[in-house]
Amino acid sequence: MSQTFKFKDEQDLAGFVQERVHPVFIKGGQTRGVDLKHDRVDMAGLSGVVDYEPGALTMVAKAGTTLQHIEEVLKAEGQQLAFEPTILNNALGASGASTIGGVFATNGSGPRRIQAGAARDFLLGVRYVDGHGNVIKNGGRVMKNVTGYDIVKLMAGSWGTLGLLSEVSFKVLPMPAAQATLVISGINADVAVDVMTTSLNTAFDVNGVAYDIAAKCTYVRLEGFEQSVKYRTKSLMEILGAQRDITVYDDTESGNVWWNIRMLAAISDQHGDLWKISVRPTDGPQIVQKLGLTSGIMDWSGGLIWAKLDAGKTAREILGGIPGHAINLSAKTGLKFSNTNPALTHLQDAIREKFDPKGIFNPGLMG
Amino acid sequence: MEMPAPDQFTLSRKAEIVARLRAALPADVVIDDPAETRAYECDALSAYRCPPLAVVLPYSTEEVATALKICNEMNVPVVPRGAGTSLAGGALPTADSVIIGVARMNEVLECDYKNRVIRVQTGRTNLSVTGAVEEDNFFYAPDPSSQLACAIAGNIAMNSGGAHCLKYGVTSNNLMGVKLVTMQGDILDIGGSHLDADGLDLLGVICGSEGQLGIVTEATLRILHKPEGALPVLMGFDSNEVAGACVSDIIRAGVLPVAIEFMDRPCIRATEAFAGAGYPDCEALLIVEVEGSDLEIEEQLEKILDIAKTHNPVELRRASDAGEAGRIWLGRKSAFGAMGQINDYMCLDGTIPVSQLPYVLRRISELSAEFGLDVGNVFHAGDGNMHPLILYNANKEGDLEKCEAFGAEILKLCVEVGGCLTGEHGVGIEKRDLMSVQFSALDLQAQMKIKDVFDPKWLLNAAKVFPLDATQSRRDGCSQ
Repeated sequence: MSQTFKFKDEQDLAGFVQERVHPVFIKGGQTRGVDLKHDRVDMAGLSGVVDYEPGALTMVAKAGTTLQHIEEVLKAEGQQLAFEPTILNNALGASGASTIGGVFATNGSGPRRIQAGAARDFLLGVRYVDGHGNVIKNGGRVMKNVTGYDIVKLMAGSWGTLGLLSEVSFKVLPMPAAQATLVISGINADVAVDVMTTSLNTAFDVNGVAYDIAAKCTYVRLEGFEQSVKYRTKSLMEILGAQRDITVYDDTESGNVWWNIRMLAAISDQHGDLWKISVRPTDGPQIVQKLGLTSGIMDWSGGLIWAKLDAGKTAREILGGIPGHAINLSAKTGLKFSNTNPALTHLQDAIREKFDPKGIFNPGLMG
Repeated sequence: MEMPAPDQFTLSRKAEIVARLRAALPADVVIDDPAETRAYECDALSAYRCPPLAVVLPYSTEEVATALKICNEMNVPVVPRGAGTSLAGGALPTADSVIIGVARMNEVLECDYKNRVIRVQTGRTNLSVTGAVEEDNFFYAPDPSSQLACAIAGNIAMNSGGAHCLKYGVTSNNLMGVKLVTMQGDILDIGGSHLDADGLDLLGVICGSEGQLGIVTEATLRILHKPEGALPVLMGFDSNEVAGACVSDIIRAGVLPVAIEFMDRPCIRATEAFAGAGYPDCEALLIVEVEGSDLEIEEQLEKILDIAKTHNPVELRRASDAGEAGRIWLGRKSAFGAMGQINDYMCLDGTIPVSQLPYVLRRISELSAEFGLDVGNVFHAGDGNMHPLILYNANKEGDLEKCEAFGAEILKLCVEVGGCLTGEHGVGIEKRDLMSVQFSALDLQAQMKIKDVFDPKWLLNAAKVFPLDATQSRRDGCSQ
């Protein structure tokens, strides 16, 4: 029989880890499948915004706070998480609601990552319980901090394998007053990457560039003050050329396009495993072609491909000599990374062993 | 600031160590003539000096690996060096150490506009990275004040910032990949021109590790297209509180300037006397810069000026062209030089939550009276990164020690209000012994365990970052 352990605070959690000898899996918002045979640590008890300074663009929250709550509190002050956290539960067929700890532990960054940075770039400080059951802090709640090693970045994207995040502090940004999306239709993947890289390489501060493979549509987003968005929309249309079929969506329509991309709406109903493939943008079309994809999303100017592949099929081999990596997010127990350099693998394993010597946090995850 | 006593056994083996390095490396790569090694006795924290045992200036990553491997085998401490511009003593050698400098490795290896990356050897200076792409209207965003001289290697080691990081982030946010040579001489490629790490984010922890985890010889950096233009506005206020409130209001209004710089009265007066930029004689001065097309600059400056007016500024000056912009920046850019003209100074680098600004400035002026040393404040107000400049007289007995004690009090104050010891200069030796103010013993252990993994013998830049007593057993373990 598997058990779920609940905690009222960080100290309580630390005490549990000190005593614990068997593996546990970390349950944040349960937005991805976790193997139910295993014991689980439920983070919901550690919830709430601890500190929020809109004038300093910083927030501190307990790790189990739901993403929805965080976004509501920020919205009330006209601010947001600029890295647009990914929302994968639909695409993964899970029903949960993301927690802020889960967002940072998985470094889940959406379309604006290409311009604003990833979740890891916004994470300023962490408190976590390590494998000994010690409460450790690193970073802080200020935007510039080079005091000691940046364990904050190491924790972001570590999928809970180095410690249990109990509190996170992060940078937030103003919500834009206006937005517009240029929709370029009827183009294939390699032309799309041309359009996306051309758009990014302008002075117009483009902050979203994605391509819907099935719809053959490229989306290019501009945000900011109203006059500025109008000016840049016009300027960008001139650069992209009059011969293309370009439609402009403004605020609501534009918002819907990017919400759907963030949710992976285009592929969320499809069967199969959800793969995330990270390459340099100009290699994106090659991946689409090699995998024979007829649907999926190419985000980040072509550098991020989201696709559903039949269970058992892997995207990894097709990478061949192309720099980058691919992970199967539907893998129930063994989310694996594809690094093949033994010296790097040794460093990663050794760090994990130092942080979690008993090997109790999310065993099997990451490789 | 103390440095550990050099290891006598290593010192006694100098000839043997140099001979092994010479045998494995080209003739002009290894320097051991005391007249020449003296040039490497300090960095920009020049109050502390010590010539190294030898200096190695390789031409390639492979040569760096060869040198590290030999030092590792012979248990010789290594101090990595970029351009030697560290203000924290990050490149300060010990007498028993070999400096490995990357200054000769400064080529651009690849420039890929479509993927918006440039790959360079890390001896290249910060400004010359932008220099390599600016004809095509691109730039590399992090812009430390020393950007003309400082090397990318040091920027990565210290995770350097600059005046424009409010919008563009610090080095860590613009670094996509590195070639790292470990103390054992392994050459590792970490990250690259694709986004997101494959596994643990080692790149994230290497950046800012102050040369303690390995030597970075190549870097893949994010480059960006230049904005159409940029213009600053200058505002003067009759109190620090009001200037601080104005900063907070600008940010809350949804405007994100590329830079918000702050100077207090002592600093304004010193720079006026030095550069004559025409600054008002007021308590606090802000320079706020925004970017974009003419129309966009107009839209943002309107909002900023409206906010500023609600705070009754004693002066509001808006640049309308590059010449006026240059005059507004003139005083700020010459601030350090101006203070140096008056006296010797020590430049601090703590960061505080922006809301604590008035309180911290008030406390600093109280401490200034207590210690009997003058202090001027210049800093990046948008992100709370302060640069108090403490004036002292290096020729006066005991003044440096008094200045360091005053500096330590200011940094403790930064931590006390929820900030940190260093925002962009790094810990080095300068703030090493204050680390326990900000971190518990367990917090420090967690960081040191990472060094244990990369450099088990604790040979790389080992007497930095952590308090000496906290690292003693680890460093002693390595010496034989």
